[in-house]
Amino acid sequence: MEINSPQFKLNAKTALGDKQLQGALGHVRENFTGKRAKARAQLPQFDDLRQNARAIKDHVLEHLDVYLELYEQKVLESGGMVHWARDAQEARGIVLDICRKTNAKTVTKGKSMISEEIGLNEFLQDNDIEPIETDLGEYIIQLRGENPSHIIAPAVHLNMDQVREEFRKAHTHLPDNRPLNEPQSLLSEARGILREKFLAADIGITGANFLVAETGTSVIVTNEGNGDLTQTLPRVHVVLASIEKIVPTLEDMAQITRVLARSATGQEITVYTTLSTGPRRKLDVDGPEEYHVILLDNGRSKMLGNEFSQMLRCIRCGACLNHCPVYQAIGGHAYGWVYPGPMGAVLTPNLIGIDKAGHLPNASTFCGRCEAVCPMLIPLPKMMRSWREKEFERHLSPYSQRRGIALWAWMAKRPKIYRFVTSIAARCLSVIGGANKQINRLPMAGGWTAHRALPAPHGATFMALYNRQKGRR
Amino acid sequence: MDPTSTQAPPVQVALFVTCLVDIFRPTIGFASIKLLEDAGCEVHVPKVQTCCGQPAWNSGDRENTLEIAKQVIAAFEEYDYIVAPSGSCAGMIKVHYPELFEKIPDWHERALKLSAKTYEITGFLIDILEVSKVNAKHKAKVSYHDSCAGLRELGISKQPRKLLKSVEGLDLVEMKDCEICCGFGGTFAVKYSDISNSIVSEKTANIVATDPDLLLAGDLGCLMNMAGKLKRQGSKIKVRHVVEVLAGLNDDKPIAGRD
Repeated sequence: MEINSPQFKLNAKTALGDKQLQGALGHVRENFTGKRAKARAQLPQFDDLRQNARAIKDHVLEHLDVYLELYEQKVLESGGMVHWARDAQEARGIVLDICRKTNAKTVTKGKSMISEEIGLNEFLQDNDIEPIETDLGEYIIQLRGENPSHIIAPAVHLNMDQVREEFRKAHTHLPDNRPLNEPQSLLSEARGILREKFLAADIGITGANFLVAETGTSVIVTNEGNGDLTQTLPRVHVVLASIEKIVPTLEDMAQITRVLARSATGQEITVYTTLSTGPRRKLDVDGPEEYHVILLDNGRSKMLGNEFSQMLRCIRCGACLNHCPVYQAIGGHAYGWVYPGPMGAVLTPNLIGIDKAGHLPNASTFCGRCEAVCPMLIPLPKMMRSWREKEFERHLSPYSQRRGIALWAWMAKRPKIYRFVTSIAARCLSVIGGANKQINRLPMAGGWTAHRALPAPHGATFMALYNRQKGRR
Repeated sequence: MDPTSTQAPPVQVALFVTCLVDIFRPTIGFASIKLLEDAGCEVHVPKVQTCCGQPAWNSGDRENTLEIAKQVIAAFEEYDYIVAPSGSCAGMIKVHYPELFEKIPDWHERALKLSAKTYEITGFLIDILEVSKVNAKHKAKVSYHDSCAGLRELGISKQPRKLLKSVEGLDLVEMKDCEICCGFGGTFAVKYSDISNSIVSEKTANIVATDPDLLLAGDLGCLMNMAGKLKRQGSKIKVRHVVEVLAGLNDDKPIAGRD
């Protein structure tokens, strides 16, 4: 996938001017946050569950090697195959290899962010294999040639008119005059088309929300049922997952599930929670003949040992995106790669480099709402600050900002000089502010005054006034 | 212990003025002193204070942050309490200083000690001094914005409201999404001014929809952002720091404009 993160500011400006997008983002602002708050309020032990969920993942990350090996052993025992991929290229190669060996031409796909991370669709197409997204949102953006703008609601940036238009353009074999005014009719049309694809597919690829070490099971949580059809109908099921998805036991999986859906969509539990363990056994009535798991590292094992290790607790619920004022303002595409919002601001620089993703951890007000809603209690602002430190150390932050901070800090460490300079500054700004006590244009503060007045000081500083008053006392 | 009792020596409070209050709005400093003195404290204003170091901290400049923080610790650690009219600056000292010195044992200990006695002013009045009301009158319909650091780092939410409800004539009306960021974020407002503008516009829409006479909050940065935007939009809603109303110091012009 193309990386547009360096153009973050431009992307954001475009997004802010996009009326249609702004309308669609209202859904994130109101619905997602409202539903999560309600679900949370209905479960008094929610915070205890978060602590448990965090403890489970922390334990796994401490012993990841042990659990990965156990998981592999269990998958093999159940008749499946495990493939280890160091990076995106290796993962793509493994998928292609499986496709070639099974002579596959069509691949159906359940929603998988790892697939986006390794740019799988484009790669398969280049190799004459047709990938078909079966999650409704993913299907829509695949038709449009877009990337997901949200990790759980990939088409949240679109409205119904755009979907209707896309369907008319793509499904030319259907009558032109068919009514497509209701969400239901759009859904039925997609369902009709996807049914045939499910049956025709040679391989089904899904992601995984959890990999259970004690049983070698992969788990997906979904609402549309497409995941089940993707993984049970074709001859081959490929699970694409990153290494931190491991949990020790089914009980652990069940515990984390309780905070996952509530944080994501405000549901108590998703409509489907699907567990798959190995290929079809002799007495099974359905299921794939082959079961493969591709375990992707792609920079994660490096994170295990650095200050970003807590990010590996993330269960991709999307709550931090939904509650982030910046994400709410600009949507997901502006972040310029796969993972947007606060989780993306921490994860993306780990995966594509801080030199390319530098804007992401900076474009935050540090309002702390992401951390406050995170079901896994990940200190997202703290880790964004860690990235800012790395940028500062490597001189990647803008020169003007570095100079500004250095000059200000130099004064802040010298109270007498600071006092002198600030009293002059306060007086000057006060004069500029005039009787209205506001400044509408000021050099060096153009970013501020472009959009709002700068309230002017009233003259003397507090310290000057206080000392004068104290002298009088 | 009753801090207002005449027998006990008065509680020694050091006021952390904050750099914004020092330069832009001294009234907030004087209102803070009045509130603390009314509650029986003896208030000190250490001379060497400049800033808490947050701009450097949030820009990734750890070295300068460390030096500034050491200066603050040395200047304030002798007092019983450190109080700031800002959740953001109090949060910097209370939450971030210990984090900052994590790997410097002797300073870490001093940072922890200072952290334990540092408070945002409304939180200090309610939670530590157990003040139940203030002696002020203000006839106005008022709405209160929860600034992020005070709310999420220090749990400041009920305290200012409790104090405001004791102000005679004051009618407190809650706006929609009062707990959502105003888009200030320090240098964020300048570095990402377009995004900041979108966020503050959302905020002022909620403020205007509530139609208060007066908007209050506990952090001057957020107040300047919201007041500046309201002013630019031509709104007549006045903006003040919450302590100005609590202390009854309303003779200064509202933020970003005349009465």
